[in-house]
Parts: sequence; structure tokens; C-alpha cells
Amino acid sequence: MKILVCISHVPDTTSKINFTNNDTQFDTNGVQFVINPNDEFGLTRAMWFKEKQGATVHVVNVGGPETEPTLRKALAIGADEAIRVNSNPTDGFFVAKQLAAVMQEGNYDLVIAGRESIDYNGGMVPGMLASITGANFVNTCISLEVDGNNAKAIREIDGGKETLSTTLPLVIGGQKGLVEESDLRIPNMRGIMQARQKPLKVVEAASAENATQVTTYEKPAPKGAVKMVDAENVEELVNLLHNEAKVI
Amino acid sequence: MSVLVYTESDQGKFKKIALEATSYAKGVADMLGTTLTAISINGGDATELGTHGASKVLQVSDSKLEQFNAKAYADAIAQAAQNENAKVVIISSSANAKFLAPLLAVQLNASYAPNVVALPEGTSPFVVKSNAFTNKAFAKTELKSDTKLIGLSKNAYGLKENPTTAATEAFSPSLNEADFSVKVDSVDKVTGKATIADAEVVVSGGRGLKGPENWHLIEDLAEVLGAATACSKPVSDMGWRPHSEHVGQTGKPVATNLYIAVGISGAIQHLAGINSSKVKVVINNDPEAPFFKAADYGIVGDAFEVVPKLIEKLKEFKANNA
Repeated sequence: MKILVCISHVPDTTSKINFTNNDTQFDTNGVQFVINPNDEFGLTRAMWFKEKQGATVHVVNVGGPETEPTLRKALAIGADEAIRVNSNPTDGFFVAKQLAAVMQEGNYDLVIAGRESIDYNGGMVPGMLASITGANFVNTCISLEVDGNNAKAIREIDGGKETLSTTLPLVIGGQKGLVEESDLRIPNMRGIMQARQKPLKVVEAASAENATQVTTYEKPAPKGAVKMVDAENVEELVNLLHNEAKVI
Repeated sequence: MSVLVYTESDQGKFKKIALEATSYAKGVADMLGTTLTAISINGGDATELGTHGASKVLQVSDSKLEQFNAKAYADAIAQAAQNENAKVVIISSSANAKFLAPLLAVQLNASYAPNVVALPEGTSPFVVKSNAFTNKAFAKTELKSDTKLIGLSKNAYGLKENPTTAATEAFSPSLNEADFSVKVDSVDKVTGKATIADAEVVVSGGRGLKGPENWHLIEDLAEVLGAATACSKPVSDMGWRPHSEHVGQTGKPVATNLYIAVGISGAIQHLAGINSSKVKVVINNDPEAPFFKAADYGIVGDAFEVVPKLIEKLKEFKANNA
């Protein structure tokens, strides 16, 4: 089985979000970049397929040279090979078309992507990729087993879960549950040394147009001061929620 | 040309998010000077859609579509859009809507904007405002393709009545075998209990509750408010509560009217997840907890004393206002 894991290069979850260039660009100043958490759960599940079922695992990112340390980290965790599509990912449809070209070129059976990236939260690339390539698609995937050409997946739905069966080729939008938080791997020295020797292929972008264009970013309006209620007087809170906030 | 809205239902009744999407779609249709058509798949009473502004309802009744299937549903909605010559399609932000949206966008070759929080800033160019960076910012995005697909954030627009008589029309999309290549084997869904996705109120607990054996406090408070229960990341990581209750940047976003956090200090990732909630109440014994800065109302105190008192007062309130 050939697996492709899509890796988004995103600001660490503790990052303060600021914008620059007249609020048209994310300010990367002082920001630590990491593997998108939803992708990291997927990558760890891919390692399980590699170790238990002999799968080959490649990772891919659409981005500039600055994303290479993130791809090297994925190699240090255990991926066999990395591919970087050399382009600025500013639109989900564009990125999906780039990944579709990589998927078709490499004949992958399974593509594991994250449900969404924690920066733009589009949540559209995995589904678009499946739709463009004609692969099957399962979103918000929290469990995945593959047996030959058949796959069993569990997906989270609003208020529960659903068990699905399908066949390869398959694209999933994964999240926590694919593996547990405690299963995530911190690259060890040996992994980091080996990662330096592993191939990181740079390919040029396929021609495609952006379907969307961000014009500006905006930060939420500053919040008003908190109103404190005495712990001995919780009735006051009930009054405030009813009369002032009008939510009960 | 018209605007098309996909209206979701549950057990034959339209969901609140479906009526909110309809209200919003009517607003978009008005901006474009056109009418609103809804597509309902094995759905409820079309009058409700008329009340919220739909002048036409395409009703799909198909036993093959009894269970949600992203590909087949996307195919049905795409055919309805083509049938109506709709250039703008509106959907909700439910798990199912987000599942089918990218498939629909590719089929319609549409620009897709998810997590949209307001009516378009303008229709030429067509610019929408949406949540980005997990609620830490907003992005204004131009949708450049001829066809536009908009995913409306929950609770961002609200319900607006716009009474119209909805003309209903049976609609039979042609579906093929490939539409059903992902099969549902079983569904395991909580019934009769509010879920984080649908609830108006969410009560959430953190490490301050000291252990899963104390969760009756959260559950009892939720019960009196008709609320869903949720938790912080450490609580789900320690296995006190299921992952499906984890609220935050890597868990679920919560966009409710009222969010009550008990014993949660308010890590930046957690705050991001609940930013879209309207009113936030924090109960914590540490007056320095960062969550107080993000809250509307706060109580510094021991959860084990404050929560039972709050439950009692809420019960009295309910009895007096019944």
C-alpha cells in the first residue's frame, strides 16, 4: 500500500495572530511553525500502517522553501520520502489541484489529510482532492483500518459517530482519534539523522487558478471587561443571564 | 437565476441551522435581486422554509437517501443548482454539510467559502467575511468563480422571518452507483440529549473538577439548562471524558448563546475554540485564571460549592418563570 500524508505547515497553537502589509498577510514574525495537529494524527496512523502492514509512506506539502523543516520533521517521525510542491498555498481549490497531480503521478492508494488546517480552517482540500481524482472520501475520520482493497472507517458526526465501509483509492480528512494524543511521536536523534538522508523532492506547481482571494484580515473587536459576581451571591448571576444577557 | 439553500432535517423536521441558512440565503437573494429556492432531502414541512424566505422548495423523496451520504447528497444538490441555474449556493456548517461541501464545490466548479459570519460585503466583487485562525481572526475573501458556495457559521446570522408562500416541487436527481461507493454500516448517535453541535447552551468542565467522578456537577448543571456537556483538552487527554467533548483549537469549536466553563483556566487554544460563543461565564477558584479576561461574567470560588448553589438558583428561576 502506498500512502500519501498531506502536511500543512501552520503556526503553533499558542501563536498570537497578527497581520502585516495593511492587514493583507499573516505576520510570521516570531511565529513557531509546526505540523498541523490534525495531520500529525494522520501521520502517526500512517506509521502504524507502515510498521504493521508494510505500507510505504510519503509526505507532501504545497509551500515555499520555508516549509522544509516541517517536512523534515515528518521524515524524522518515520515517513520514507517527502515532496514539496513549490508554490504559495493561498486557495484550497488550487492546493487540491496540486495534490491531485502528486497523487496521480505517484499512484497512491490512500491519502491521509487532516480534517482542516488550524490556520485557514478551510476543511476543503481533502474532499476536493478526492472529488478531482475520483477517489472515495471520508471526512472527520477517527478510526481507519485497511484490509487489501477494502477500508473501514469511523467518522465523527454531530452527536455521535458512523461506521463506513469503502474501497481504495481513498482520501480521508482525519483528526484526533485516528491515534491518541499519547501515541504521537517526538522524533529521536536517530530519526533526525536519518531524515537528513531521506529524499525531499521539490516539484513545480501544475497550472491552476485560484478560486478565492483573501483581500484583508481583521482581528476580533476587543472584549469588554468581565463582570464579577460574588460566590456567595450566585442568584445575581442568574439575574444577569436573564435580564442583561438574555440567554436564559 | 436564483439562490439555492440546502436545508437539513433530522427525523422529518428541519433543523434550526437549516432555518438559519434559509434566513441568510434570503438576505443574499435580496442583495442579488433574485428569489430563493431550497432543496430538501427527505425533509420536513416546507411551510417553515417559506416562513424564512424560500419561495420555492425542491423536495427530494428517495429511500436511497434516507441515510446521509456525502457524495450522493452533493450530487443531488449540484443537480438542483444546475436545474435552478443557481450561481450562489448556501449550506450550514454541520459535520454533514462540511463533508459534502468540497465535493459539491468541485462538481459546480465553485469558489467555496466556509465559516462565513455575515452577509456578503458586496456582490461585485463578491466578498464574504469568515472566521479564520480558529476564531482568532476574520478573513475577507473574494469568491472569483462564476458559482459560489457559502458555508454559514452556526449562530452567526440568526433566524429571520420573511413570510413567503413556498411553492413545492418534487425533484428527482439522477444518482448512479458511484454515488454510493462509501457505505454506512452503522450509526451510533445520542438521542434525546443536547449535542455540542446543536445546543443553545454548553456547560464545560476542566481539570478543576479533580476527577471524572465529579462530572455529575457538570451534568446536573447542563440538565437544568438543557445544555450539552463539553470539556477541556487535558480532561479528554486523561480519558475523563470522550474526545468528542473536547472543545478548542484541535477539538470542537463551540458557537452557542451561552458557554459556562467550570474549572477551566483558559489556555489560548481553548479560548480560540469558544470565541464565537455569545456569552461566556467562568467559574474558577483562581482569580488569576486567564479565562476571566475572555469572559462576560465570572465567579471566583470553589466549583464544588458554587455549582450546586447555581443549580439550585436556576431551578428556582425555572419554577418562577415556567
